[in-house]
Amino acid sequence: MTIANPAELEQSLQPQGWLKYFSFSLDHKVIGIQYLVCGFLFYFIGGALAGVIRTELASPLSDFVRRDTYNEVLTLHGTIMIFLWIVPVVNGAFGNYLIPFYVGARDMAFPRLNAVAFWLIPPAGILLISSYFIAGAASQSGWTAYPPLSLTTPAAGQIVWILSVLLLGGSSIFGGINFIATVLKLRRPGLKMMQLPMFCWAMLGTSILVVLSTPVLAGTLILLSFDIIAHTGFFNPALGGNVVVYQHLFWFYSHPAVYIMVLPAFGLVSEILPVHARKPLFGYTTMVYSIMAIVVLGLIVWAHHMFTSGTPPWMRLFFTIATSFIAVPTGIKFFNWLATLWGGKIALNSAVLFSCAFIFNFVFGGITGVALAQVPFDIHVHDTYFVVAHFHYIVYGGSVFVIFASLYHWYPKFTGRLLNEDLGRLHFLLTFIGFNLCFAPQHWLGLNGMPRRVAEYDPAFTTWNQVSSVGALLMAISTLPLVINVVLTAVSGPLAGDNPWRALTPEWLTTSPPPVENWAGEAPLVTEPYGYGEHTCAMDLGGLSGRDLWSSGKS
Amino acid sequence: MAIPSALVTLLIGMALTLAGLWIGHNVRLLPVDASANAPVYDALFEVLFSIGTILFLGIVGLLLYSLVRFRRRPGDSGDGQAIEGNLPLEIVWTAIPAVVVLFVGIYSYDIYERMGGMASFHDHSPHDQTAMAAMVHEASLTQQVSDDPDGQERIWGGIGQSNDSAAVLPVEVTAMQFAFIFHYPDSGITAGELHVPLGQSVQLRMEAKDVIHAFWVPQFRLKQDVIPGQPTLLTFTPTRVGTYPIVCAELCGPYHGGMRSNVVVHEPDGFDAWLQSNRPAQVAQAAAAPFS
Repeated sequence: MTIANPAELEQSLQPQGWLKYFSFSLDHKVIGIQYLVCGFLFYFIGGALAGVIRTELASPLSDFVRRDTYNEVLTLHGTIMIFLWIVPVVNGAFGNYLIPFYVGARDMAFPRLNAVAFWLIPPAGILLISSYFIAGAASQSGWTAYPPLSLTTPAAGQIVWILSVLLLGGSSIFGGINFIATVLKLRRPGLKMMQLPMFCWAMLGTSILVVLSTPVLAGTLILLSFDIIAHTGFFNPALGGNVVVYQHLFWFYSHPAVYIMVLPAFGLVSEILPVHARKPLFGYTTMVYSIMAIVVLGLIVWAHHMFTSGTPPWMRLFFTIATSFIAVPTGIKFFNWLATLWGGKIALNSAVLFSCAFIFNFVFGGITGVALAQVPFDIHVHDTYFVVAHFHYIVYGGSVFVIFASLYHWYPKFTGRLLNEDLGRLHFLLTFIGFNLCFAPQHWLGLNGMPRRVAEYDPAFTTWNQVSSVGALLMAISTLPLVINVVLTAVSGPLAGDNPWRALTPEWLTTSPPPVENWAGEAPLVTEPYGYGEHTCAMDLGGLSGRDLWSSGKS
Repeated sequence: MAIPSALVTLLIGMALTLAGLWIGHNVRLLPVDASANAPVYDALFEVLFSIGTILFLGIVGLLLYSLVRFRRRPGDSGDGQAIEGNLPLEIVWTAIPAVVVLFVGIYSYDIYERMGGMASFHDHSPHDQTAMAAMVHEASLTQQVSDDPDGQERIWGGIGQSNDSAAVLPVEVTAMQFAFIFHYPDSGITAGELHVPLGQSVQLRMEAKDVIHAFWVPQFRLKQDVIPGQPTLLTFTPTRVGTYPIVCAELCGPYHGGMRSNVVVHEPDGFDAWLQSNRPAQVAQAAAAPFS
């Protein structure tokens, strides 16, 4: 007589094959892929909305979509790209796929919570997008939803927007708790914190930000929904409310949200560069401390989004100084990556090209960011296309470029097949040129008087807007080689083998794709995830004394 | 004999610095300056632009050099050098950004003060300023005082007076969907365009009727949100005759992009003429009465 093993029973009820990606799977790798594919679908929707914006702005008149439709489009574009594309993909997709490998675990700490966190996303996304078709009007007060505008625009769309963001915020908090627990409590015995791959530190820092700041956004949006439904007066000046308080509460989440989108990208780049440069990650310890410094500073800079709002002078000053100082830990990370590349043997493949373009874009966005932190500078360019350009350099030039780099780096792990390098380089070239063509001119537009979120503008700005729109078109075209590459490779790509990059981090020390519980036997103990490099043979002979040469030859 | 690498580095650094300074000084990205604080702003912009150019060119140059110099040659499957860190080097590149950022922060504080940003909001009445200064300063420290001792309402943000010697022209600005309305309390004029005399300090007291708007004149390099329920201030001195756009910079509804107006900077004579021709009838009569 046999006794039914609960684990086996559950196993048998779970769909196998491709159907498992549509199931309530508890496998962190399946959930990671679910996040990734779902994120890309929303990326295409958000990208199409960006296309509508750039088409409207190709001429100075409001002549492509209705004015209120335009505001719905820009609201949906921002909300989708942040909450349904970048945050779920850099955190949910790569975090879920990689973190259990990196800590030497067979799954996340709370697999069911993990699945719940993912399955909140598709309904929330569909709810958000359907509000345009069903509720009569989607939210049209921007992704910031500042009252009193958000109190006066059609209520149904705004409420659906709030509900959807609350669901996505909940998903994000569940994920954050899970990552913290996994990194701190599920490490393989013998593995110390300071031996973890850098992505673990990045996810730990990100998750701390998620858990500390997202509840504030949730509370704020609930108060805002009370103002809309129950006609309370928290943020309604007609009822004695204070609209600037909303801005403080909103940005208390939404500035850390930038780091929630960017810190995991920093972590991913730290994994990709050492492998392809065949060198250890430079300055591991300072990289860890700089992540934690960014987390701490990231929580006390929010009011730099409000320099032209109702803020007293001392507050403007404090937030200028705090914001400027984020450049220091961020700078350390960039110098460390450059030092990682220096003296390496760099494979110039798509993953590296996207990673290096990330450094290019982010340094540019970081420099404009330090400028924007200065109150007098910001007073001129706040709420203009300069700011639009700046944050796209950070979140697209930064995070999205890293998502592409990571896709080329880990696709062989996900599928066991190598993406085509020629299509990959074409994708890179189109994306890089299109992106810079689209967003670099917007700096000039902002400096010279074009505000953001407008459907019509001064005809003097027509030329550079058209250049920007051409760039956007190139970016749209650049997704074609990517999609073709991913689909063709999945069907008939060359087999990659288990470890095509000869990497040392634990996710590569198993089969590609990995088995359900990650390793057939015991999890490997990797104490030197960046142990690349040759210690003696590749030494620069010119810099050595004769005695060193003699002793190295003797050993 | 090879040139020592320290010398090469020094020369590259000097060339980079000169290039950055040259670009910062010669590449003009800003519109014409038409207010007293615009040249101050442009000086800050030049400093930030130069520093930014030097850093960007330096980092990108280093990146491109590494990618070319240290690319993997075909057939080479070896590793790079096993360098895991260099503490003195890391201290250097922590210190450099820290010093730069500190310098930029102090410099922009100075600029902000010269723009009048640190002036107290409460002394916007041109009368008995010096007498009130001390009390007002204390009131601004406590911040939550809803009314000044002299019964003035609270001002929530903006740029105060940069110099209190010149006579200030007060203008009340009301923003609504989708227009700005300018009211001159001294002469009783209400207009859809802002008319100001050259060289005189103008103080806008701004409040919105419905949603948040923002008053922005790119040529003045000034912007301030106009908030319902929370009056804000903006003080400036126009320095160039001309007509400049006033742009709403905060999303305020479907016609946000069309919410524009003009600020017309007159010669002082021209401004007086504009005042005379636009003065409401009864006020003009009352003013003219003593002479008849």
